[in-house]
Amino acid sequence: MAHARTRTGGRKVRTQPSAAVDLSSLQKGSYERRAQSAPKGEIRIVDAVKTYGVHGTGILAIDNCTFDVQAGEITVVVGPSGCGKTTLLNAIAGFHGLSSGSIYLDEEMLCGPGKLKADSGPDRIVVFQNGALFPWKTNLENVAFGPIMQGRLTRTEAHEKARHMMADAGLNDIEQNYPGEISSGVRRRVEIVRALMNDPKVLLLDEPYRALDSLTKSVMHEALLEIFYKNRVTIFFITHDLEEAIFLGHRVVIMTTRPCKPKKILDIDIPHPRDYSVLTTKRFREIMDETAAAVHEEAIKAFAAGERER
Amino acid sequence: MSEAGLPGVRDISFRQGLSGDTARQLTPLALAMYRLSLWLQSPRPYLMLIGFAAFFGFWYLSVEIWKLPRFAEMPGPTEVIREWLSKDPVYGLSIFVDEYYLHIWVSTRRILIAFFLATAIGVPLGLFLGWSQRFKQFVFPVFEFLRPVPPLAWVPLAIVMFRGSETPVIFLTFLASFYATALNAMLGVESIDVSFLRAASCLGANRWQVFRHVIIPGALPFIFTGLQISVGVAWFSLVAGEMVSGQYGLGYVINTSYTMVRYPTIVIGMITLGIVGYVTSAAVRLLGDYMMQWRTRELGLGGER
Repeated sequence: MAHARTRTGGRKVRTQPSAAVDLSSLQKGSYERRAQSAPKGEIRIVDAVKTYGVHGTGILAIDNCTFDVQAGEITVVVGPSGCGKTTLLNAIAGFHGLSSGSIYLDEEMLCGPGKLKADSGPDRIVVFQNGALFPWKTNLENVAFGPIMQGRLTRTEAHEKARHMMADAGLNDIEQNYPGEISSGVRRRVEIVRALMNDPKVLLLDEPYRALDSLTKSVMHEALLEIFYKNRVTIFFITHDLEEAIFLGHRVVIMTTRPCKPKKILDIDIPHPRDYSVLTTKRFREIMDETAAAVHEEAIKAFAAGERER
Repeated sequence: MSEAGLPGVRDISFRQGLSGDTARQLTPLALAMYRLSLWLQSPRPYLMLIGFAAFFGFWYLSVEIWKLPRFAEMPGPTEVIREWLSKDPVYGLSIFVDEYYLHIWVSTRRILIAFFLATAIGVPLGLFLGWSQRFKQFVFPVFEFLRPVPPLAWVPLAIVMFRGSETPVIFLTFLASFYATALNAMLGVESIDVSFLRAASCLGANRWQVFRHVIIPGALPFIFTGLQISVGVAWFSLVAGEMVSGQYGLGYVINTSYTMVRYPTIVIGMITLGIVGYVTSAAVRLLGDYMMQWRTRELGLGGER
């Protein structure tokens, strides 16, 4: 599973991404292996600006946005609907360009002066808000899709690997079903497995649990953390749910509403691995209290501006 | 494999409809039988029968019993059905006459040729129209300019352009089908959620792979809607074409029966057209269900949508 990557990250490689992680509590060795071979997927966003529409007259979606996503960590971006956080994710994924500024992945420029739009690729895989499993392929074919397209594995090898990964995630009994036949929570998990098949450096999750009910959501959070502990892939997670953000994130970036830029960056000092008991701890409540006001203030601004998610 | 002590992770892998094992065992035939039994249990077949009964009842009453002013000259259902089922038909056409099947075969053959041509040209054209903005900018205005011209208006030119009586009829039949097919294939591509295209490019698919694995299957539901419309309008324009030229075919039957005042035969031709048309569009629908089993399963087995 832990395929070694040949490219090495440059600046401030942190072998121990979170000092508080208790390695002995994890039965699987893959996390240790990943953690020892310096985690990949550090994203640096520098002075990102994005305007929509005609130059100078358009809407300013992102303005002077600068922050880092540490390799091997979960960074959660929180902001009200329509604040421009998806625009930022799309720029990282290469779905559209920036107006100015630059984004680096492991010190390699994805986009910046001279090349405003990044190329999409299997090192940064997006899990979409409404899900994007191909409904015309079975779950297994969906999971096996990436490596076959990239020519990295043959069809048989890819299906073999996909079967293993789905079994690992407890999804083996739905291999032959179509995505339309399974519940939306399970669909998200299949989609995450589909992404992990490609050994991405970063997973970009765009409010993946937005459409789920809160009970399913809590199960999904723990499942995501479990996947993260096993694979130690860098996660860039977008949400408007502060509780979700604090529960999942090593670091939480609270965004201002349009134009979007960091208002407050918090390092969450609740130790990993976490489970749902964290929600009732005093520390969790304290962090909620400290940050709720900042998020609420932006939500009011967003409401007043009448912004809506596209 | 450890679940890392997280309860409930496995528990949500149950499905909304059937369990995974059951769905895996369902063959297309079993699915068809399952749907048939559902259909028979629903009120739909009985409502359909009532609908037909009402239609024929109205026809019978208005023509043969009430003799309503506008209906008095029309052939009634008893006369038509007697003629249709007669071993010795008064006007020469019934289910016992070989010529009747020759007419059906000639029309069906024309439909098949025209429909396959329209599909073979229309689907790729529509897919490319939806896929490439540049291609669309070249072709679509011409397409939209030609589309409103009805097949009947093409009759003179078709006769001038094509020799013989067969090709002009097939050309006219092809035209309307082709427009419906191409337009729906194009709309099908445009209806594809951009997330699918983005996901494919994230996963490393190149342009051709996106076309093969996302564009074509994603457009299939619209393509099959188009094909159903296409096979319907093919019958429209076929009959128009056959009324103008040709020596056989159901349209020809209707037209000659009109000039020779064989009214029941006209109605036999119409009923036959209705039946054959119904069969051809049902065949297209079945083919669509077969090719889009993911949809059939979603809809048929109570998936979430």
